[in-house]
Amino acid sequence: MIKVQNVSKNYKTPSGTFQAVSPASLHVEEGDVYGIIGFSGAGKSTLLRLVNLLEKPDAGEVYVGGQELTGLSKKELRRARQSIGMIFQHFNLLNNRTVSENVAFPLEVASITKEERVQRVRECLEIVGLTEKADSYPSKLSGGQKQRVAIARALANRPKVLLCDEPTSALDPQTTRTILAFLKEINVQLGVTILLVTHEMNVVKEICNKVAVMENGHLVEKISLSDREIKPKTDIAKLLFEEEISEKRGIAHV
Amino acid sequence: MFDNVIPLLPEIGISIVQTFLMVGIAIGAALLFGTPLGILLFLTSKGQLLERPILFRVINSVVNIVRSFPFLILLVALIPLTRVLIGTTIGPVAAAVPLSIAAIPYFARLVEQSLREVSKGVIEAAVAMGASTYQIIWKVLIVEARSGLMLGLTVLIVSFLSYSAMAGVVGGGGIGDLAIRFGYYRFQTDVMVVTVLLLVALVQIIQFTGNRLAHYLDKR
Repeated sequence: MIKVQNVSKNYKTPSGTFQAVSPASLHVEEGDVYGIIGFSGAGKSTLLRLVNLLEKPDAGEVYVGGQELTGLSKKELRRARQSIGMIFQHFNLLNNRTVSENVAFPLEVASITKEERVQRVRECLEIVGLTEKADSYPSKLSGGQKQRVAIARALANRPKVLLCDEPTSALDPQTTRTILAFLKEINVQLGVTILLVTHEMNVVKEICNKVAVMENGHLVEKISLSDREIKPKTDIAKLLFEEEISEKRGIAHV
Repeated sequence: MFDNVIPLLPEIGISIVQTFLMVGIAIGAALLFGTPLGILLFLTSKGQLLERPILFRVINSVVNIVRSFPFLILLVALIPLTRVLIGTTIGPVAAAVPLSIAAIPYFARLVEQSLREVSKGVIEAAVAMGASTYQIIWKVLIVEARSGLMLGLTVLIVSFLSYSAMAGVVGGGGIGDLAIRFGYYRFQTDVMVVTVLLLVALVQIIQFTGNRLAHYLDKR
């Protein structure tokens, strides 16, 4: 569903070239909830943004749903992006539009007729359980509600793929669980493939079936979480996984 | 006490109309040409959708140059242009030409400033949803910045109400011109007081209305 082949991204800084993503490849299959985990500055968000070309790769190819995005014209790329949903750490809702107007935005972009828009907005708000907030402005919502609006907005054009950039990092643990439950539901019931970036191991544990570990711009290890025994090889993966293990032990001791 | 004012009443009426005409044309020109110029300034600047360093520098310099002219100098310097455009160099419509030329870059700067307040993340979300630059301008930038744009427009109107007082130099007339001709040159203090009070009242009304509208438009 998503195939990233040898993409790399460098930034020019006053102190020289900074390699945000060094040639990385990733294959997300249909139905996956694929996590990318790493510490701050590892390049995981950049990698995610390379998937819908919010960042233009310096080299490599990106395929989404069998279509090579890196070879498209500007117009074709806009069209392709309409069927790739994305949610963000800070929600990025339009503050001067109501909840339903926010969800309608991608439909307007895709030139959907008014009647269809109204219908689809209602459906999407039902999915995230926010129909009663349809006419509220985002400033009146809690963080969790804002992210649910963002999810509804991302789903409006019936995407096959949902990109999540630290979707729960601005939320408390309780709200995080709700949002993750919605994402899982969307994955299972609507068949949306999810690629998710996070620095929280519990997010990965909760909903991902695969995870890639990233460090200093490199994808250092890919782990399938459906395997019976998870054996992280690299130090960083061990660190991330063992932190979890020791936490569980901590609970066991209490 | 207002001996000089009573016989001047018809002229005060005319001067109000002249002021509205001059300022109205200038504001119209600013909205029509300054808004797209401001949007272009914003979009071509570093890190924005249409980043074009050279184009940005050119527009930026032009805006700065026009804005550095003392208005009185601009007023005189543009007399030949006014003659070409309007056919005459006197009267409120003629005075509206330099006022417009000054108002366009002034408002462009205010527009650019307001657009900088729009969160980068929101613009990025629109890009990720496949919105075109045109859609982003109309559905994201202007909508998200509308409250700031309204305040910018208010500042513009108040400033140009004041600038229009200098239009007397080219026979533009208006309230400010009346104040100078009668209140200052003829020492008719009562006329001065009345015209200034009139301007104070106008500015209060404009600012109050602008603030209210901006507040109403702001849902953040």
